[in-house]
Amino acid sequence: MFDNLLGSFWPYTIDGLILGAIYGLVALGYTMVYGVLRLINFAHSEIFMIGTMASAFVVMTLGITQPLTGFALIGGLLLMVLAGGAASAGSAMLLERIAYRPLRKRGASRLAALISAIGASLFLQELFALLIIPHVFNRPQQGRNQMGVARIMDKETLFTLGGAQVRVDQVLIFVAAIGMMVLLDLLVNRTKIGRGIRATSQDPQTAVLMGVDIDKIVRVTFLIGGLMAGVAGALFILQFEVTKFSIGFLLGIKAFTAAVLGGIGNLRGALLGGLFLGLIENYGAAVFGSGWKDVIAFTVLVLVLMFRPTGILGESLQQARA
Amino acid sequence: MRPKIARLGGVLAVGVALTVGLAACGGDSGSGSGGDSSAAAPSTLKIGFMGDLSGENSGIVIPPSNGAQLAVDEYNATNPKVKVEMIKYDSRADATTAVSLAQTAIKTDKIVALVGPAFSGESKQAVPVLEEAKIPNISASATNVDLAKNGWKYWHRVVPNDGVQGPAIADFIAGAAAAKNVFVVDDKSEYGKGIGDAVRGQLKTKGATVTDDALDPAATDYSSTVNKIASAKPDAIFFGGYYAGAGKLLKQLRDKGVTAKFFSGDGSLDKGIIESAGAPQAEGALIGCPCRIPTSAETDEKVKKFAADYKAKFGADPLIYATEGYDAMTAFLKAIGGGATTADAINEAVGKSDFDGISKHIKFDPTGEPSAKSIYMYQVKGGQIGLLGDTTTATLG
Repeated sequence: MFDNLLGSFWPYTIDGLILGAIYGLVALGYTMVYGVLRLINFAHSEIFMIGTMASAFVVMTLGITQPLTGFALIGGLLLMVLAGGAASAGSAMLLERIAYRPLRKRGASRLAALISAIGASLFLQELFALLIIPHVFNRPQQGRNQMGVARIMDKETLFTLGGAQVRVDQVLIFVAAIGMMVLLDLLVNRTKIGRGIRATSQDPQTAVLMGVDIDKIVRVTFLIGGLMAGVAGALFILQFEVTKFSIGFLLGIKAFTAAVLGGIGNLRGALLGGLFLGLIENYGAAVFGSGWKDVIAFTVLVLVLMFRPTGILGESLQQARA
Repeated sequence: MRPKIARLGGVLAVGVALTVGLAACGGDSGSGSGGDSSAAAPSTLKIGFMGDLSGENSGIVIPPSNGAQLAVDEYNATNPKVKVEMIKYDSRADATTAVSLAQTAIKTDKIVALVGPAFSGESKQAVPVLEEAKIPNISASATNVDLAKNGWKYWHRVVPNDGVQGPAIADFIAGAAAAKNVFVVDDKSEYGKGIGDAVRGQLKTKGATVTDDALDPAATDYSSTVNKIASAKPDAIFFGGYYAGAGKLLKQLRDKGVTAKFFSGDGSLDKGIIESAGAPQAEGALIGCPCRIPTSAETDEKVKKFAADYKAKFGADPLIYATEGYDAMTAFLKAIGGGATTADAINEAVGKSDFDGISKHIKFDPTGEPSAKSIYMYQVKGGQIGLLGDTTTATLG
């Protein structure tokens, strides 16, 4: 039973870490918004989907038929990441403006905001399935089908680790994801706007009295969360080369789980939770078969929460020390 | 934290329920061309077509729907005494939607017969509704074995089941492809698990070593399955499931450097598998199917004429199950042309069908299964799916 896991321990580990890094990037959006607004932004999975769509659109518009090399490749990758990040960050801010701020200004309950989030999530999915994919991507009548995306870079093996081939795209994804998170951590812990975010998540009333512009902080929070999800979307396209209107659903649930696992509201927890979940899923699948992957992952979630109800690193943003 | 989690679980459930509800609302679609607005007149009978017409797997349902429409249009063009109108029901392959659409079709639209439901999962739920209302139905693509074991009197299909398809593909894997060590993956669906198990069983009787795993078709990362396959070092891989999952699996396998021959069943027979996997990765993939797709090198005059008419009308080549959709509808039209106008009379006439269709000779045994049981093998070459031949005679070049 365990010989499968022991026999190919490194391949499972590497794939788990890559997937975990993407989970972690998306989880940041859930965790930051929760930290500041105490709201689960269920439409965040669609923000991720928009990121994958924007990257796919770049690849389509570039008209790539052969994988790129050299500077063309670097330019193409940058364009994908920029488009994904910009589209997601933009839609996240728009989402906040339309779906959450009016409710917040009128003092609606958090449940109302939650319903608004679910509504926005369904709206965005159907918008892509019914309008954007058929028209912008020129796939009439195929709005709900999976879209293949052309290969932008050759997936060459860079080195082998304990019998596992590590590909250049996998290294790129992992490094990019961790890099983004380190930058975010610095931003939150070292800058003025970061101090504002931490203050708001600790005590919004007092933060206002101290001169923190809450609206601005909320906007920035959505912007950063969206940006991370958009970059995750671009990396996802690089790795899997497929997307569809509902691509965010399952990944969103996993990323949300990662955020809770690490301690919701906690930035480093999101990364840790993502990597942990990615590894557990793959190890569980190795031992019990891939059909049991989600069962194992969620059993572990329940066990962790039983013994550490606030997640691995504890709940809030403000407790993440520099 | 715990009560919060519980609440979130509830919210998720609500979200899922809402999605399902929306799908149900969006399920109905207008009737196709050739519809007669004075539908209430007794000179026109309504026949439904049900399947996933806009969802993820619509690529294998739109061709039979077009085929059925072509049959209806050709029939109406002969100016028969009783004309036929085809009404499309878009179930998006969702069983709950299929059931409510079947009720609408029976109670509101008063159909006398139905081509469909297209898939096995939805058939299992929706056919009992049709059976109770005594509406004859012929599926052009539902291949689950157990469907024929329900004692349904009004149900038929024009494709051999997975119990025929699975072993035929397995024979080909062990025979023509000479594989001794085979890895079988399924997507846990009604169809995927059914055909996967049929292949597993037959391969074992042929003395091959079988290793297995399952994956979630909605997920994207199949690395754990791919790693399992890589460490098992099989000669051949069989995937039981639909093309969206097959394409993703195939791509990730080839990217991992797994070069074993890749086989799948009729659910994967769609150009979408090439798009999802990428043309270089999909090259050489072998796909079995009980369906007969007209190819460019066609010699059968009847099939050639069908392909030309289809292309003239829909501006596309007839793809998977187009001929079967045509044949299923033709069985109803022959019954109506023969004077049957009530659902019961049509069912009786369909049961006695005995004619040369486009896909095969159409004749049903008492359980509703077709008598002809050929399975064909197709292969991806140069970004196109081409016919290799009947599984019992085809060879790998």
